[in-house]
Amino acid sequence: MQYVLDNLDLVLKAFWVTIQLLVLSALASLALGTLLGAMRVGPVAVLRRFAALYVTIVRNTPLLVVFIFIFNAALDVRWLTQVPFLVKGVIALSIYTAAFVCEAVRSGINSVPVGQAEASRAIGMTFAGSMRHVVLPQSFRAVVPPLASVFIALAKNTSVAAVFGLTEATGRMRGFTNDQADDRTAIFVAFALGYIVIVEVISAGAFGLERRWKVAR
Amino acid sequence: MTENAALPRPSSQPHVAEGEPLVVLDGVHKWFGDLHVLRDIDLSVKRGEVVVVIGPSGSGKSTLCRAINRLETIDKGSITLDGEPLPEEGKELANLRAEVGMVFQSFNLFAHKTILENVTLGPIKVRKVKASEANQRARELLDRVGVGHQAEKYPAQLSGGQQQRVAIARALAMEPKVMLFDEPTSALDPEMIKEVLDVMVELAEGGMTMIVVTHEMGFARTAADRVVFMSDGAVVEENRPEEFFTNPRSERAQDFLGKILKH
Repeated sequence: MQYVLDNLDLVLKAFWVTIQLLVLSALASLALGTLLGAMRVGPVAVLRRFAALYVTIVRNTPLLVVFIFIFNAALDVRWLTQVPFLVKGVIALSIYTAAFVCEAVRSGINSVPVGQAEASRAIGMTFAGSMRHVVLPQSFRAVVPPLASVFIALAKNTSVAAVFGLTEATGRMRGFTNDQADDRTAIFVAFALGYIVIVEVISAGAFGLERRWKVAR
Repeated sequence: MTENAALPRPSSQPHVAEGEPLVVLDGVHKWFGDLHVLRDIDLSVKRGEVVVVIGPSGSGKSTLCRAINRLETIDKGSITLDGEPLPEEGKELANLRAEVGMVFQSFNLFAHKTILENVTLGPIKVRKVKASEANQRARELLDRVGVGHQAEKYPAQLSGGQQQRVAIARALAMEPKVMLFDEPTSALDPEMIKEVLDVMVELAEGGMTMIVVTHEMGFARTAADRVVFMSDGAVVEENRPEEFFTNPRSERAQDFLGKILKH
């Protein structure tokens, strides 16, 4: 444990990278996933099919493969070669997580009684307006628990980035266990604790939002 | 379908239907898979007219009502509103729906909005009315339907009858050309039915064009200009209410009235 404490600055730096990956990917996947979710329940057949296809392809692809695709596609796609590793990691994580966010959002939308959408359309709202003002606000609460699971998985999935030269928490942990093999149990425990703290923050946040967004029926 | 207007009205009728056709259904068909739910419906509703649609459950009357603002699409025939055919899904359809008020059996008030916000949402977001103006108008409408003092509450805190009256106010806030009522009292306790019907009768007397799917024969008698009887997806009989209730011509209408008027 002493080794971890002696190098606390490196540990914190590594977890800072993990948190950046987590937060940026969460935001990007939330935006993309919500868009896809709305497309899946929308009136335009082409968009519905596109979103369904996206979910089928991405959700059934291992995250590692998505990472390899993004980091190797950089060889072919010019603008990707200019992008820092952190951003590439965020892109890979966001593409992957958006498929799960899409399904969480869709389940939330389905939890809102269909009469709510009908009533909003009956007063002349467009599909987008009805989603924005009536359906999505009511779906938030139902979306929170599955979304929390998605983001908890995302928090741990950031560790895949370690394979691709990003010194986030897991990458740093591997470095530590190589340098100080005698302390590896303590090093594991220390880094595991770090992940637990991050996940607990997500859980607590989700619980708070769930209580705040209670909709009476 | 227009001969009824030419007939002399009983003096008890508080208002007279006149003017050009506002809603016209012409040869409308709809299938749910193999089920033929609307069969060759011709119906013309004039400006200011109150038409009550009755019939056994499963006769297609709700589907007919919902087809008029295209919550249900039709497979054949045409529906025009004020001379314009119903547009395809999109901005134009949204504009049309803003002109058609709809009241649902299950109220469908926006559960996350206050009563006041339920009524102002359409005017503000769809009609782009200023919030202060929309609020004032909404309060007037809520007063008119007798729930003005509940404006700050949420739908779940109101009784069914109060919720349905709010739903009527919400529809009226859009200043619709025609109001559709899809079994507005079927989900209500008996003592709440009257408060909703009172509001509807008042609307009818005010000259609103209304298409009302209902089982409330009393309402049909007092407020309707015409009763349309549907069975198995087809319009079987149309007549003035008194005529229809006292002297139904078709066997199916006689059978239906025999069943519901016995108790």
